[in-house]
Amino acid sequence: MEKIKKITSMQLFLPIVCLVAVLLINVITTPGFFKISINNGVLYGYIVDVVNRASELVILAVGMTLVTAASGGQDISVGAVMAVAGAVICQILSGGEVSVNQIANPIILAVIAGVIVAGICGAFNGFLVAKLNIQPMVATLILYTAGRGIAQLITKGQITYIRDESYQVIGGFIKGCPVPTPIFVAIIVVVITMVILKKTALGLYIESVGINGDASRLVGLNSTMIKFLTYVICGVLAGVAGWVASSRIYSADANNIGLNLEMDAILAVALGGNNLGGGKFSLAGSIIGAFTIQALTTTLYAMNVSGDQLPVYKAIVVVVIVVLQSPVFKKFMATQKARKAAAQGGGQ
Amino acid sequence: MDGNVVLTMRDISKTFPGVKALQHVDFTLRKGEIHALMGENGAGKSTLIKVLTGVHEFETGEIKMEGESAAIINKSPQDAQNHGISTVYQEVNLCPNLTVAENLFIGREPRKAGFIDWRTMNKKSTELLNDLGIDATATQKLEECSLAKQQMIAIARAVDMKCRVLILDEPTSSLDDEEVEKLFVLMNRLKSEGVGIIFVTHFLEQVYAVCDRITVLRNGELVGEYTTRDLPRVMLVAKMMGKDFDDLADIKSGHTGVQEKAAIIEAEQLGHKGTIRPFDLTINKGEVIGLSGLLGSGRSELVRAIYGADKPDAGVLKVNGKEVKINAPIDAMKLGMAYLPEDRKKEGIIADLSVRENIILALQAKRGMFHPMSKKEMEDAADKYIEMLQIKTASRETPIKSLSGGNQQKCIIGRWLLTEPEYLILDEPTRGIDIGTKTEIQKLVLDLADKGMSVTFISSEVEEMLRTCSRMIILRDGYKVGELTGDELSQEGVMKAIAGGDNKNGED
Repeated sequence: MEKIKKITSMQLFLPIVCLVAVLLINVITTPGFFKISINNGVLYGYIVDVVNRASELVILAVGMTLVTAASGGQDISVGAVMAVAGAVICQILSGGEVSVNQIANPIILAVIAGVIVAGICGAFNGFLVAKLNIQPMVATLILYTAGRGIAQLITKGQITYIRDESYQVIGGFIKGCPVPTPIFVAIIVVVITMVILKKTALGLYIESVGINGDASRLVGLNSTMIKFLTYVICGVLAGVAGWVASSRIYSADANNIGLNLEMDAILAVALGGNNLGGGKFSLAGSIIGAFTIQALTTTLYAMNVSGDQLPVYKAIVVVVIVVLQSPVFKKFMATQKARKAAAQGGGQ
Repeated sequence: MDGNVVLTMRDISKTFPGVKALQHVDFTLRKGEIHALMGENGAGKSTLIKVLTGVHEFETGEIKMEGESAAIINKSPQDAQNHGISTVYQEVNLCPNLTVAENLFIGREPRKAGFIDWRTMNKKSTELLNDLGIDATATQKLEECSLAKQQMIAIARAVDMKCRVLILDEPTSSLDDEEVEKLFVLMNRLKSEGVGIIFVTHFLEQVYAVCDRITVLRNGELVGEYTTRDLPRVMLVAKMMGKDFDDLADIKSGHTGVQEKAAIIEAEQLGHKGTIRPFDLTINKGEVIGLSGLLGSGRSELVRAIYGADKPDAGVLKVNGKEVKINAPIDAMKLGMAYLPEDRKKEGIIADLSVRENIILALQAKRGMFHPMSKKEMEDAADKYIEMLQIKTASRETPIKSLSGGNQQKCIIGRWLLTEPEYLILDEPTRGIDIGTKTEIQKLVLDLADKGMSVTFISSEVEEMLRTCSRMIILRDGYKVGELTGDELSQEGVMKAIAGGDNKNGED
């Protein structure tokens, strides 16, 4: 009994239950859901697809978690920043052409430039939020609306195609490796972030600033700097996600890369049991949340729900999950349990 | 039920995870009486109030109100209000950005054809304010009123809602003497009108000034109910603490203090526009200095300027003889300073973090992000201060917000002691804290000074400072107006200095 209590009271318990529930539904509706086969030397199957497609979302969710924890608000510009990064990378690779079959500049150079530009976007958001004290939603709304326009400007209104196989590796497969590359990118991002949080005091600082900025300042923390930093990190990660996304379609499609992904990222953070008002956070929770959302999307596609109707079903599931995790509901359950216990105690 | 009784609580029990907050507590309130609810921190006063007002649910027992045959269960403060139970908290829970009238009538605005009838509302408000002798206008913003007035307005709101039970939870903590006096007049008036008042406070003088009856709680259990005149102060304290009265006045004896005059902090014409006028101040090693003055006189602002919490815009600060530039608190910390802020909730604790994290936070910040403390280091540090300061907590991983006020304050003190400061600033460390902990903190201050630490102590209670300080700085209206040492250090001397001589301008 004690053990069960201990498990259920863990922060990650509900997010995991939600993920398992979604996966269970999958197994029931799509019997072959967990089947993995190898076609043409690469892994193939629904579950592989979920994990692969979730990569960008996981990367974004990591950044979003940090931003949420430190500033008590969300960065809604990440989807647009992905498009900007994609545009910068493709434009450099194409050397200004609309469509090329061979890259004009080294990939590494293009990627670094793209990620730096994304980082600058993050810094811009961070400056508005941390220094000027603008509400995160409002501050990041600027790039949310302007970002795709900037991306269009960079690509001169065209969709830049890079039909060079070397560019497709990061969004596709490394030769001889059956596992899709985006999975590795997501793992690397998560591991680096976790190492940073573990090996420095950044995690504690972020939580502290997010819970009580005034008190944090008085104990010697630079609240402004810490908030700013989380936005820069979030921007950089959006850049990485943009790189993966544009490599998948070997082009810079300013209108579609990362479209509506910011909302999924915020949702992932919420599903992970994180408080959107800032403070204590769980990176693992957000990652589980990201997989839950992607599993859900893939399920619905597998059930032949059309893309237009998808949001409706998603919304229903999300409502259920969010209610399950709400403090009011938790309190309700706790009272029910206490009453039951009291009734049993009285009976003896 | 006795005809005179307005409220009875019987056999109330409430548990929080790991803590029995209330165990079989009884409480009776009669019409037209002021009833003090006393106890140390963590005794269960707040919990009892919260159970009564529906903030917390209780597990056993019943609450009865006069005129209602069935036992009532309040599910929310709103419910309680409908039963005629109103609460005024230490932190006023009104809306500062609304007008006085709006605050008085929020949620029950007089209406005309569906719209708010502003004229009637303002007129009624003015009447109510006049009637209760509250010096405020209906149309001014609440935030323009002093805290004392805000509190009275909160009471006026409760009175106007025909409350039969009025709970005042530490209403006087942030008021000065004159304001307290006004509050008492108001309380006595309500009493004569038959309202039963539950008065929660830490100030013994105030209990004996207005209360008819005292109920004492200790560790969640009822100690007893007494009439005030039958319970001498010493007895009350003994009952609250559950031990014989350790004479508070005695703690200074034996502490001679180090009096080699080595200046550690020297301020020359240091000032911050709008809060504290330029001042000179020298603080020596091993010295306990008190800052005294009325609320808003610049006590906190002076130390905040030194610590860099409000960056000074004039003057020079020297630490150990060297001129320094402090841009942010972290700079001050690196120079060996530590600052326990006045507002524990807003500026002290990081509510959701654990006791351990709260204790190590300042040291971690001082070390920098890239030198994290190891798990063991953190746990040792936390355990050391939990043990040393006798912090009552279920474990070191308990969120600090679930500790009682006094224990939270001890955590914050531990946080700063861990950084091994040379100069410790304590701004109202004993506010809202029980007598036992107060004495402990005062003793601690003297011990630290004996070990060579310089301490600046700010408190609204002059006696407390007289017991601990070797020198006192007096502030008035943002000016440093005097320093008292030796024989001048007496209740009378301090009062005189605070009140000022010829240039008394008669405002508060």
